[in-house]
Amino acid sequence: MTRHDITLHVNGRRYDICVEPRKTLADALRDDCGLTGTHLGCEHGVCGACTIIADGETVRACLMFAIQAEGVELRTVEGLAQGNEMHPLQKAFVEHHGLQCGYCTPGFLMLAAGVLEKNPTIGDEELRDILASNLCRCTGYENIVKAVRAAAAEMGAAQ
Amino acid sequence: MKASAFIYHRPETIDEAVRLLGEVAPDDGRVIAGGQSLVPIMAFRMARPPHLIDINRIAGLDRLDTQDGWLRIGARVRHAAFHEGAIAGPTGALLAHVMRHIAHHPIRTRGTFCGSLAHADPASEWCATAAALDGVLVAQSTQGTREIAVRDYFEAVMTTALRPDEILVEARLPLLPAGTLTGFCEFSRRSGDFAIAMVLVTLRIEEGRIVAPRFTIGGAEAFPRRLAEVEALLTGAAPDMATWRVAGDLAASLLDPLEDSITSGEYRRDLVRALAPRAFQQACA
Repeated sequence: MTRHDITLHVNGRRYDICVEPRKTLADALRDDCGLTGTHLGCEHGVCGACTIIADGETVRACLMFAIQAEGVELRTVEGLAQGNEMHPLQKAFVEHHGLQCGYCTPGFLMLAAGVLEKNPTIGDEELRDILASNLCRCTGYENIVKAVRAAAAEMGAAQ
Repeated sequence: MKASAFIYHRPETIDEAVRLLGEVAPDDGRVIAGGQSLVPIMAFRMARPPHLIDINRIAGLDRLDTQDGWLRIGARVRHAAFHEGAIAGPTGALLAHVMRHIAHHPIRTRGTFCGSLAHADPASEWCATAAALDGVLVAQSTQGTREIAVRDYFEAVMTTALRPDEILVEARLPLLPAGTLTGFCEFSRRSGDFAIAMVLVTLRIEEGRIVAPRFTIGGAEAFPRRLAEVEALLTGAAPDMATWRVAGDLAASLLDPLEDSITSGEYRRDLVRALAPRAFQQACA
């Protein structure tokens, strides 16, 4: 089947890749851009491990085809840290034990980053509703909620 | 879990899109907007469209406005666009409330209202909403545009009056009159999962009596519908728990429920019986 030359913009960098239209954005990020921080769990939009930010909105990278992402500003977990300085969310996940095996963590980080950037003073009920978008089989979620709350406080204080 | 191969088309205008669809529809070519239902079923290979026409780059399809008492929803308006405060009045309040029951936040940023109507899953909250409000759908093909009343639209599970060569370019909902009370309740096994029953009610209360009630069930049958018998019972009745219970019992008895390997028809009847009073209580709270 025909492959297409496309350009993706991820974390401010340009990636010229060649993909079949049926290749999902998540697969293209991993296989063609070498950005393996984005994880795939269910590959049908349920688990949220592949959550990234596309033009400022949190999306499931397994529910978009890479070819649809031409011209879209993409952000993945690799873009969170500034050099050696971890993002407040990453630090908070470490400090509050917001991860155990870590498989779901990139998705939770991008979900939380996308939401806090739009709504830094999000209420508890809404935050819990949004964090219910993704699945974690280790933590029981309580520590993820604590970590995101702590990061929200730090990000708010830094502004 | 990988989709089968397809040829990708990305038209820039609606005319180009309908021309392309006219060419590929006989081969089961499909339209993709948000893709939040289509891409999963392609991953499962339950759908293997050999052509996809992506309408995300067509200007103007993200229009969401009101005109002459109707809310007009373009083909690319995402679920998230119906957030609290986006649309004034009782219609806006109802849509914002219903939207919070659709899947999860990252799905709502991509999935579209019109896409849900085109897909016509029995569990679709927007299908139930469009049925409840007696919406009108605008279908476009190379032969022009036509309007389809939602009451004539659904034919069976995921089967509608939309022809394979037509794009659902706009949905129109008549705005509810000021003072209309609305309630929506659904039951699903997990937060964000497909609803196995839902009830949507709208009504006004004048001089202590129910006026202009609409009672709609979704998720429980092959497609959503208003129940005229329940609405007749409600009209002029007192807005109290006794009325809500009788309405729920009648709705349950009228149901032609879906059955599947995990959910029996009787269970769906029970859910409708239980959800109806809750939807009314929510409306009258």
